[in-house]
Amino acid sequence: MSETPFMLDDAKRLPWPEQYEALANSAKAPVLKAFYEAGCASPDTPVSEVPMVALDFETTGLEADEHSIVSIGLVPFTLDAIQLSHARHWVVRPKLPLHQMSVTFHGITHADIYNAPDLSEILEEVFASLNGRIPVVHFRHIERPFLNVALQYRLDEGIRFPVVDTMAIEAHLHPDRQPSFLKRLVGEKPLSIRLADSRTRYGLPHYAAHNALIDAIATAELLQAQIQHHFSPQTPIGDLWL
Amino acid sequence: MQAELIDIRNHLIQHAPFYDMPEELVNQLTASIEISYVRAGTQITETGQISTRMYYVRSGAVEIFRRSGELYNRIGEGGIFGQFGLLMRGQVRFPARALEDSLLYRIPAETFHHLFENDENFADFVEIEDRSRLRSAVSRREKSNTLMTSRVSRLISRKTVSAPTTVRLQEAARIMTDNGVSALLLMGGEGDSERLTGIITDRDLRTRAVTEALPSETPISEIMTEGLITIRASSYIFEAMLTMLHNNVHHLPVMDGHEVRGVIALADIVRYESQSSLYLVSNIFHQQHVRGLKKISLGVRDSFVRMVNEDANSHMIGSAMAGIGRSFTQRLLELGEEELGPPPVPYCFMAMGSMARDEQLVVTDQDNAMILDNSFVPEEHDEYFLALAKFVSDGLAECGYTYCTGDIMATNPKWRQPLKVWRGYFTDWIENPKAESLLNSNIFFDLDGIFGRTEFAEELKTLITEKASNSQLFLTLMARNALNRTPPLGFFRTFVLEEDGKHQKTFNLKRRGTAPLSDLIRIHALACGSRAQNSLERLKSIGETKLILEDDLSNLRDALEFISIVRIRHQALTLEAGGEPDNNVRPEDLSPFERSHLKDAFQVVSNAQKFLRFRYTSQATRHV
Repeated sequence: MSETPFMLDDAKRLPWPEQYEALANSAKAPVLKAFYEAGCASPDTPVSEVPMVALDFETTGLEADEHSIVSIGLVPFTLDAIQLSHARHWVVRPKLPLHQMSVTFHGITHADIYNAPDLSEILEEVFASLNGRIPVVHFRHIERPFLNVALQYRLDEGIRFPVVDTMAIEAHLHPDRQPSFLKRLVGEKPLSIRLADSRTRYGLPHYAAHNALIDAIATAELLQAQIQHHFSPQTPIGDLWL
Repeated sequence: MQAELIDIRNHLIQHAPFYDMPEELVNQLTASIEISYVRAGTQITETGQISTRMYYVRSGAVEIFRRSGELYNRIGEGGIFGQFGLLMRGQVRFPARALEDSLLYRIPAETFHHLFENDENFADFVEIEDRSRLRSAVSRREKSNTLMTSRVSRLISRKTVSAPTTVRLQEAARIMTDNGVSALLLMGGEGDSERLTGIITDRDLRTRAVTEALPSETPISEIMTEGLITIRASSYIFEAMLTMLHNNVHHLPVMDGHEVRGVIALADIVRYESQSSLYLVSNIFHQQHVRGLKKISLGVRDSFVRMVNEDANSHMIGSAMAGIGRSFTQRLLELGEEELGPPPVPYCFMAMGSMARDEQLVVTDQDNAMILDNSFVPEEHDEYFLALAKFVSDGLAECGYTYCTGDIMATNPKWRQPLKVWRGYFTDWIENPKAESLLNSNIFFDLDGIFGRTEFAEELKTLITEKASNSQLFLTLMARNALNRTPPLGFFRTFVLEEDGKHQKTFNLKRRGTAPLSDLIRIHALACGSRAQNSLERLKSIGETKLILEDDLSNLRDALEFISIVRIRHQALTLEAGGEPDNNVRPEDLSPFERSHLKDAFQVVSNAQKFLRFRYTSQATRHV
């Protein structure tokens, strides 16, 4: 991941709220300035009081430096409620040539992509949903690095923020998910911490469709379930974010 | 709504009351949802809280309680709760607790009221509780059939033509011709004491006067029909139809107290009732051979399907089908007597089961018996009655009424016995009851004399009425048998499906629905000393004794109607698709509305069974 060059290494070690303050001063792009100015919850804030936003990208591949964002889904939520009234979904035009798109995108046609705006055209809308909220993702190595590279490319500066990773929570809850050599011999499979499989463990329903928005909603539901089963509404957000 | 939320919308529209909701409203609803995950045991709403939303269970299960803490309902996937508090714009009426880990869709009050104001189905659905929801489903259906909403008085178009009973045959015929009517009412008495005493019809003139070559001066009172079957002007047209069907008459004087308002004829009703089950009946009596009857019987199923398509209720359909079955039997007996000669001793031909209850459908076997006069001597007379029974039974089988697998037919010597033996049967069943033998004789407690000396059957009814209500053990054992068949409702108000044999993944609407209902209604009716056979009429007698409260009675009526009509519709659809109808329904073949109301109806059956168990099995421990 390429980091913002304007930031001192010291600042990166600051707690997230202070880091946001420092970044608010150094950021040039108005959207980023506004994002940091909206602030970050203090690490000891109970998770039940933290505004969050579940975020999911579909991308042309797994490498932020080589691949592009194709669609963005997000839904603001709290531990208590996921607000579908504020759910958003955008298809954006990837920077990379289409022949690189080996991945198929559910429900997105090539025509959709050709007609889609560039990410730079919708940044303000996207940030309107992000500002003041802690992003929640399932598998943190996609949304944060992809957004960072995309902004680096368009605004000439990257972005930093904490994320709550529901996959990391599952990994933490199931440290022994790889069966022993012996158990693998008798056919035991490793426990899956993929989104759909993790949801099944909490009795959450299966969603037939796959798009960035439904996956964002699915992630938000999963976090609600994880906290109610393994943590508490009083758990400080600082224990959860990464 | 974001198009990507379609998964959420699609779940909603599989369930009542969102099934038929206009797309725009469902989209608005979807976009307003708040999703919330609750763990098992979480108190979702508390009594006295301000209601701010309705809930939809996306997955999991929720229990709803009364204020007293008593469990009121259990709601599973696709169910809603919290609507009552919102409707009263007030406080939570029934507190809710998650029974399982559940994902809930919360519908904000604002959206709720928007839906309520813009979608009548939604308003109807949420406004009323389960039971009354069932009632409105039943009545909404009935409102669309004019036979059930129009009164007999509407059919009186021509003026009433009457004459004193003192007129002579030729004079009567002239009056009828001059006025262009097919029936003439005959009035006895004079002035204020003038009363309708008889009727003479075209058909009577042909069959009684012309064929007998009666002199034209014969007093009309000698050939008129007395003991008239009439109908009140305030009755519904379908009641007139049922009266005609049941009694095989084609003219009904319409009465307002003692005053004659007019006469309605078969043809008047047929204009309303295009499926012509009445025509079918009158046609039956014109047939001279079994093969003619067989030919007509092919039209019975069409007639059934047409009645269903015209939104007739189950009472109409059941009575019409029973009327048709009864007519086939009666005509076969007439033809049998023509072939075999007059009976050596008087007899009564009885129908049992659904025909006796006026609740017959298209899939039915024959259940019948003969009560012979006490002067019956087997060696001398039984050859005749066996032959007659066989003639009727074979004829019925030709006409699609399959032989009874339990051999409850007049061809079985056990069920072809003199009245005194029948009295012995019933006395034994009631006074020395055994659970197992009652299982087999249950069907005899729905009986109706349909031909010959029907007073024999009435005598048996009297005996049953007198003895049954006094035999606690008999009622207890009947109740125990009736509780063997339970409605197919699981713990979470899900349907419990058959797992065995070829009917996998279905449930049987007769065995698990209408049969347990008519069983329990029969027992209460017997306990009340009712002579009625039809379940609705039995409910009426039960109501008169206050054994069951009026509210619960209406629930039972609605449940019976709803389960029956779903069963009937299922059979009609199968027939229309060219299949062989049965009673096994797959839940996915039902509309969400049917599924939802059916669950309500099964719940009523289940509660009624609880009452039956409470009333009898608790007493059994005291008395046995």
